[in-house]
Amino acid sequence: MTWSAEVIVSLKPVVNDPQGLVVRDGLRQLGFDGVRAARVGKHIVLEVDAEDEHSARELVSRMCETLLRNPVIEDHRISSLRRLEDG
Amino acid sequence: MRFGIAVFPGTWSDRDCARAVTLAGHEPVMLWHKDRDVKDADCVILPGGFSYGDYLRCGAVARFAPLMDAVTEFAAHGGLVWGICNGFQILCEAHLLPGALSRNQSLQFRCEPAYLRVETTVSPFTSGCTQGDVLQIPVSHGEGRYVADDETLDMLERDGRVALRYVAADGSAVGARSPNGSMRDIAGVLNQGHNVLGMMPHPERASEALLGSDDGMRLFESVSHAVRHGDSFANIW
Repeated sequence: MTWSAEVIVSLKPVVNDPQGLVVRDGLRQLGFDGVRAARVGKHIVLEVDAEDEHSARELVSRMCETLLRNPVIEDHRISSLRRLEDG
Repeated sequence: MRFGIAVFPGTWSDRDCARAVTLAGHEPVMLWHKDRDVKDADCVILPGGFSYGDYLRCGAVARFAPLMDAVTEFAAHGGLVWGICNGFQILCEAHLLPGALSRNQSLQFRCEPAYLRVETTVSPFTSGCTQGDVLQIPVSHGEGRYVADDETLDMLERDGRVALRYVAADGSAVGARSPNGSMRDIAGVLNQGHNVLGMMPHPERASEALLGSDDGMRLFESVSHAVRHGDSFANIW
């Protein structure tokens, strides 16, 4: 079975995110006074082969731990996992 | 002595490092990323640049190069490994050094002179300096903000593993003039065995007076001295 997984990699809350601060300030300058905070991360879309949903999730988690995130400064979460039609 | 200089696709400071090694009177040997050994080098330099386009994160892909297996093994046996700029990022990604390099506080790519205070001389890279010396060596990076948790930072300070710290030209605290906003103004860190150094500034670009500073040669000369007197140094750590 083939699965589509979407992963969000973001800086840990304790890690300063200068990019997010610039986005926040930029939005405020454009008149969006209500913006309280902004954080910028990465959105990674994978297609993986796995027996079932559990093993697909486990596989993607291992990919995150091994390469997709830097555990010193980044967190990850699997935001979506769905089975693709065969073929 | 022989300096191995790693070349990954996208490395850009390899020739500058080779030039500095030659100026110091030593032999540079280029190590291609697909090589599986370090060609009998006494010290391996991982130079600056944008290895593999810095895709995903700086240094994240270089970590998987065949050469890095050889470099990791070399380091494990006490071999001297010197990561400069992108090389420092690679060493962190390869877990040969703790911490990570994140986006500069300013979000700007900074290419400018920096001032570094030598924090320890108990390393083959700084043994020729005096503690407290201020070296003028340029930085050139967009992602050089050293980040680690407090526990790791305390451990590095306690164990004398902060090798170099950003300061102002007169040696006072760098404050807002930090090129990248590194935690505790850390510019260079050592591994536990003090045989691996990662630093963001480029000593090879401060290798002769014509370039504005030759302070970088102090580090190259320290390495060659340490290799020549390897036995006496081994007792220090």
